Amino acid sequence: MVDFLKVMGWLFALLQVVMFVAAAPLFAAWVKRVKCWLQNRKSPPLLQPYRDLRRLFGKDVLLAHSASPIFRTAPYLVFGTTVIAAAVVPLVALELPTARVADAIVLVGLFGLGRFFLALAGLDVGTSFGGMGASREMTVGALAEPAMLMVIFALAMVAASTNLSTVIHAILSQGIALRPSLLFALLALLLVGIAETGRVPVDNPATHLELTMIHEAMILEYTGRQLALMEWGGQLKLMIYGVLVCNLFFPWGIAQTLDPLSLLIAGALLCIKLIILGAALAVAENLVAKMRFFKVSVFLSIAFTLALVGMLSFVMLESA
Amino acid sequence: MTETLTLYLVAATVCSAVSSGLMALMADRNPFILRLMVFPLLGLSGLLSLGVAGLTLVAGVTLAIELPFGLPWLYWHLRLDPLSGFFLGIIGVITAIVSVYGPSYVRKYQHGPYSLGALGLFTGLFVAGMQLVVLADDAFAFMVAWEVMSVASYFLVAYEHHQAANRRAAFLYLLMAQIGAVLILLCFGIFGSFATDFTFDAFRVAQLSPLWASLAFALGLAGFGMKAGLVPLHVWLPEAHPVAPSHISALMSGVMLKVAIYGFMRLLFDFLGPPRWEWGLILLAVGSLTAVYGVLHALIQTDLKRVLAYSSVENIGIIFICLGFSATYLANDAPVIGTLALIAALYHVLNHALFKSLLFLNAGAIIERSHQHDLEAMGGLIHRMPWTGLFFLLGCISISALPPFNGFVSEWLTFQTALQAPILESGVLRAVVPIVAAILALTGVLAAACFVRVYGISFLGQPRSRNVRRAREVRMGMLIAQGILAVLCLVTGLLPTAFVALIGTVTESVLHQPITAATRHGWLWLTPIDPQTASYSAPLIMLGVLMALVTWFFVWAWLHKSRGKNPLPRRDPWDCGFGGLTPRMQYTATAFSMPFVQIFRPAWRLNEQRTREMDGNLPTKPQNLGYQLEVEDRAWQWLYAPVGKFVLEASRRVARIQTGHLRHYLAYSFVTLIVLLWLIS
Repeated sequence: MVDFLKVMGWLFALLQVVMFVAAAPLFAAWVKRVKCWLQNRKSPPLLQPYRDLRRLFGKDVLLAHSASPIFRTAPYLVFGTTVIAAAVVPLVALELPTARVADAIVLVGLFGLGRFFLALAGLDVGTSFGGMGASREMTVGALAEPAMLMVIFALAMVAASTNLSTVIHAILSQGIALRPSLLFALLALLLVGIAETGRVPVDNPATHLELTMIHEAMILEYTGRQLALMEWGGQLKLMIYGVLVCNLFFPWGIAQTLDPLSLLIAGALLCIKLIILGAALAVAENLVAKMRFFKVSVFLSIAFTLALVGMLSFVMLESA
Repeated sequence: MTETLTLYLVAATVCSAVSSGLMALMADRNPFILRLMVFPLLGLSGLLSLGVAGLTLVAGVTLAIELPFGLPWLYWHLRLDPLSGFFLGIIGVITAIVSVYGPSYVRKYQHGPYSLGALGLFTGLFVAGMQLVVLADDAFAFMVAWEVMSVASYFLVAYEHHQAANRRAAFLYLLMAQIGAVLILLCFGIFGSFATDFTFDAFRVAQLSPLWASLAFALGLAGFGMKAGLVPLHVWLPEAHPVAPSHISALMSGVMLKVAIYGFMRLLFDFLGPPRWEWGLILLAVGSLTAVYGVLHALIQTDLKRVLAYSSVENIGIIFICLGFSATYLANDAPVIGTLALIAALYHVLNHALFKSLLFLNAGAIIERSHQHDLEAMGGLIHRMPWTGLFFLLGCISISALPPFNGFVSEWLTFQTALQAPILESGVLRAVVPIVAAILALTGVLAAACFVRVYGISFLGQPRSRNVRRAREVRMGMLIAQGILAVLCLVTGLLPTAFVALIGTVTESVLHQPITAATRHGWLWLTPIDPQTASYSAPLIMLGVLMALVTWFFVWAWLHKSRGKNPLPRRDPWDCGFGGLTPRMQYTATAFSMPFVQIFRPAWRLNEQRTREMDGNLPTKPQNLGYQLEVEDRAWQWLYAPVGKFVLEASRRVARIQTGHLRHYLAYSFVTLIVLLWLIS
């Protein structure tokens, strides 16, 4: 625990969080752009999400008559917990002091805290949509979170640590060894990520079709800067899952020291990885249709089973 | 010197609880005695037992005394060691807080048909009974104290006895408590036959053969499990908790269940010696079943206190999972991890005592002001009762195991111990331990869903009934009690290192295995095994959350200034353009849990009634639509109904010998006499 007091480390961690938060809308825009290309549509410019955010921040906030303080604080808490979660995830460098603050289980807990307030905000105004969204979100969360924890358990057993930085370090040091446990965990994490970030086939971020929406239903009553924070929080969550997939399973290139050259290389490599991942996500979203809500449980139990199989295959085959 | 002081403190603790009960006898004539004497004495008893706990845990004082009463050949033995001190501390905290809450709360009974004296008397005896259970050091004293606790709490459950349902619930509770007590007695009997006498000291050194040890374990698990609420022995909880006065529910759920856990821990780790891995497996199986079953039922109930009761079942399951991990690791030569699991168990005991008492006190406040038990009739209470709303929210976050509150710490510690599964030798155990951790993860998230539902339906939205619309904030005493508990939930979540160190002294005395790695890096960092493996800093997470709130505050303050005194513009919510949203159009509690019902349907026995009448002229236009959902506990159908049928049938058979003829009874007596003479000759 000696390296906690290094000012440089904290400064860089802060910078990394700022980069993370700032880049999140760009990643969402990239996925949307690829989707548009595939659908032969003209895509909005890559900077469109930023313009949307600026527009929303400039607008007045309107509150429903029955809105309580929970409704008003929820956007800040949802965004805040997502930012803390982003601070915990190694972006371009390992061994930053923020990685020690919380491990992967706490990361899941932070997402849980955000979801808790998001669902409460959905229920707050007392409309049917909000309640519907909250109920569905908690259902999806209840199935996705255990699967996510199983992924983490599989990784944690491989690396004998739940600390994300140490896990990545362990995977790096093992070279390109194709372990069945990691493969299963990767598949499960992809499925969980799709569910948790509300992408097709679980939820459709582009729709306001009333009976199918989950995330949009909860934030239906939000306006102005509160809506902006909610949207931005959603984009940030997508980015976090993207970075988790890239850095946990394809960590090669991530900077292990804080010298400028390796950081630059790490940043460039991460950009390439995210571009590929985003394109893959867009392709996948175009290939499948949104599924009925009650089929989501099957989708997520597949994720859970995959992660469990991953963990068990480590316990049975690899650890002895 | 300190020992004498402790001795006096212990005596004063129990005496003030008993005298609080005796004082209450006068309360029927002069209700002010309740405020002036009864509750202050109860609070004093709580503070004193907290003091005793502090002396034991911090200063390391232990005590063994023999009281000059009891059976002629077995005087009462009392003993104070870190384990009993820890539980005494929990009893103390909750009792003290309940005595702050009580005076305002019992006002509602002042002009009612029920006797305040009885309430005060049995509360005092109940608390004294629990204190004596954790202090008892021989089987006889333990059983007497245990019965005092059970019977006193029976009268408290039956307090509002004018309703038949309450009497029924209380009878069920008494019945199960007595069956449990018999099982515990049998368990002690096994020890007694191997030991020289019935003191716990003799039990500790008794060498049980493996078969008898397993039998004692099974009897203890069933006996203590009946009190703690292990599935399928849990059915009294959801019946008894809702009908008891709320501060009593807080004591019963927050403390009495923990006393049962204490009894089981004493049995498992103190008397039975080194645990066997089969026992660990049994505990894991029972704990997982209890946790999942409890949370699924909590998720679907609509009576507020019933939800809380089922959630207690869930949390007892989690504690038993931790105990199972501990036993498994200890049996497999991993004492450090086993100790860590025991710390997680005790941490969860503490957490559950805090947040469940808080939630029951909240529920009492809600029910007192809104006169509604049913979630479907609530809504929008946060506007009417803002402080209760805040404390209830903090309780919900804690129980949902979300950082940075206390429920998360124990869950995190449990996951950390589960992740050490690769050190186990047996392949089966290596696989079982992570699977149980997966079940624990599922339980945690379902609990979060359950409490989002409870909070969202009761406190948010629009009021669904007239009483709720007119609810007012509760009196100061009740608010202070809730506030203290909410702060304690936060403190135990924020400073895990301090509490792990405190609990470490308990586990060290039980398992003789010090835990140093967890707290080595100062109060900021909790590192259960070593910092490379995992670290968690609750204060820094809290700092982040606070920063989010401070940002909100600054944005609010800044805009407030620029906007002048005008509040934010308020509009009608989106109503799809039809106009006129009514409270009846909101999502209900039943609707909220419908997706879960679809997914986990076999878990419950559901009785659904749908009505669907169509307009005669236009078959696509519904005239009357309805949906009703009743939930039954499957345990009734699978266990209790057959047992009840069997008992009735057996008693009918036995009743045949009751002919009513005097000569038959004389013949029975004669035959009995002959048999007895033959036996003793």
